[in-house]
Amino acid sequence: MLKISQLHKSYPIGDSSLHVLKGIDLEVESGEMVAIMGSSGSGKSTLLNIIGMLDEADSGDYILDGVPIKNLTEKKAAIYRNKFLGFIFQSFNLINYKNALENVALPLYYQGLKRRERQEKGKFHLKKVGLLDWAHHLPSELSGGQKQRVAIARALAADPKLLLADEPTGALDTTTSYEIMEFLQQLNDEGKTILIVTHEEDIAEMCKRVVRLRDGVIMEDKKVNQVRASQYV
Amino acid sequence: MIRFLFDRDTWQEVYDSMSKNKLRTVITMIGVWWGILLLIGLLGSARGMENSFNRLFGSFATNSVFVWGQSTSKPFKGFQEGKRVTLTLSDAKKVEENVEGIEFVVPRNQNSSLVVRNFLSGNFGIAGDFPLLDQVQKKKLLHGRFINQSDIDNKRKVAVISEDVYKQLFEKDEYAIGELIQINNSNYSVIGIFDVGNVNMGPSDDIHIPFSTFQQIYNQGENIGWIMITGKPEYDIKQIEEDAKLMLKNLNRIHPEDKRAFGSFNLGNEFGKLTGFLKGMQFLTWFVGIATLIAGVFAIGNILLITVKERTKEIGVRRALGATPFEIKRQIVVEAVFLTLIAGLFGILTGGWILIALDSAFGQGPDATLVNASVSILVVFIALLVLVTLGTLIGLIPAFKATSIKPIEALREE
Ligand SMILES: Nc1ncnc2c1ncn2[C@@H]1O[C@H](COP(=O)(O)OP(=O)(O)O)[C@@H](O)[C@H]1O
Ligand SMILES: [Mg+2]
Repeated sequence: MLKISQLHKSYPIGDSSLHVLKGIDLEVESGEMVAIMGSSGSGKSTLLNIIGMLDEADSGDYILDGVPIKNLTEKKAAIYRNKFLGFIFQSFNLINYKNALENVALPLYYQGLKRRERQEKGKFHLKKVGLLDWAHHLPSELSGGQKQRVAIARALAADPKLLLADEPTGALDTTTSYEIMEFLQQLNDEGKTILIVTHEEDIAEMCKRVVRLRDGVIMEDKKVNQVRASQYV
Repeated sequence: MIRFLFDRDTWQEVYDSMSKNKLRTVITMIGVWWGILLLIGLLGSARGMENSFNRLFGSFATNSVFVWGQSTSKPFKGFQEGKRVTLTLSDAKKVEENVEGIEFVVPRNQNSSLVVRNFLSGNFGIAGDFPLLDQVQKKKLLHGRFINQSDIDNKRKVAVISEDVYKQLFEKDEYAIGELIQINNSNYSVIGIFDVGNVNMGPSDDIHIPFSTFQQIYNQGENIGWIMITGKPEYDIKQIEEDAKLMLKNLNRIHPEDKRAFGSFNLGNEFGKLTGFLKGMQFLTWFVGIATLIAGVFAIGNILLITVKERTKEIGVRRALGATPFEIKRQIVVEAVFLTLIAGLFGILTGGWILIALDSAFGQGPDATLVNASVSILVVFIALLVLVTLGTLIGLIPAFKATSIKPIEALREE
């Protein structure tokens, strides 16, 4: 699904620069559910953003679904993001003046789908996350867990190959976090490849593989026995 | 692109971003609205004034000058200063033949006499005229006809009288054509009645009689009171005046520098000042209107720039979801054009209402100050075109601003 080798990234800070990623090698197969762990500031988000083509590496190779990702124009990057990737953010990033359905249908708009199709697909995915009854509510009328589920539905709308979640449970309480994880596990069971950035052990244990970052390199990369979130809910 | 413009979501987006801050949207649009309003209102009024001038002077050859003899102010070739100068028919003829750019030279005579009919009488201005006068100073005849060549040839005793004269000498509704009136104790038959109209140059002409008749009755010989010279449209009437005067001085043995020998009134010159003023007003209107418009459009661009800044994160999210920079820019430009167009259309509407109001206040009746105050469809069309162009151009600034930062930076924004 994706293959990264010798990936470097540094940020300029004043006159010097901060070397955040110092040669990352990572391979993820289709159908995996990977947790990217590490303390705050270890470069988890940086890595995920590069994978998500929101940011660019300084050096190294990155191949996504057989396509080498290098020197993309913004237009190409946008098209790839739209086709391959679904993003889930810690702060949900729903558009506040659009209702749940409109939010979910937004990626489909940029896919150039007709309005009817967008509405149908949007409803289908809202139903999947159990929020069809909330289709016409604004984000401000939803709870944190509901917002994140709308965000997940939005990430799924364009039927991406890879889901990227940056601390998806970071803004939620434990119970709600587990509900979200249960849902992500379900998606993974159905075959979706999922990358989750987290710094919480319990969340990482609910994935099938844990990759630990420290000082800009992968310190540990192991398969784990997945803890099913359903047993806590 | 076409589909984009007809997509409901495009307009939903425009509506959303506008209604998110209604007050600001309205304030933004005021500049453009005001600019268009000024443009339409002032251009329409200027046009109305021009039309009203044209109506006033329409029957009048405006590219003309009146010249009459006075007395010399310099001694010349043995003549003392103070010599009386009188124009003659041969002067008029020579001027007409020799000065470049002349259309007509109309010799005229005038006098004032007692006019009597039965027991009614009055003192009126009597003018001796050629049929040509009717061409340069179109008479609005209510009844009958003007003097013709055969009247001149036969020195007929006929008179064309003004409506005022008719009212003083005739009973109400009395039929005047063919009736006799007495001018200086001789009988003239009335052949026409004319309306004086709005504009009159020189002493009032109450009664026109054939030039030849006038000559005979008043013992004028070859002398004439004054001449009216009209120039061809492409010639400068000021130059014609100078040429004609110089020629007249030569013919009458007057010092070429003598400024008093001939008096004149240059109508073309005065009229030119007037139309020049109107032209200036129109130019000023365009200038003020366009400047206001540009300022208004800039205000729109500025507001959009702020909006874009506020929506940085949202734009980042959209880009993460797969919006290309072009799609983001397109939306912002459409918003800019939409705002300018709506404001502009409101301006055109209110401008139109103002013109209608002006028309009902000042545009009614024959003496209206504004005649048909309006702007042409072409002007409206040009204004709209300018708006769309400016809106697009100004929209490009926030549009490029919106996509100038990387999506990751936009997302990080709080
Ligand atoms: N745009 C940036 N400019 C400068 N430094 C940055 C930028 N983004 C991240 N960093 C720094 O890079 C390091 C890694 O950041 P990040 O990948 O967000 O860490 P994590 O997600 O693991 O907490 C941090 O020290 C952070 O301060
Ligand atoms: Mg982070």
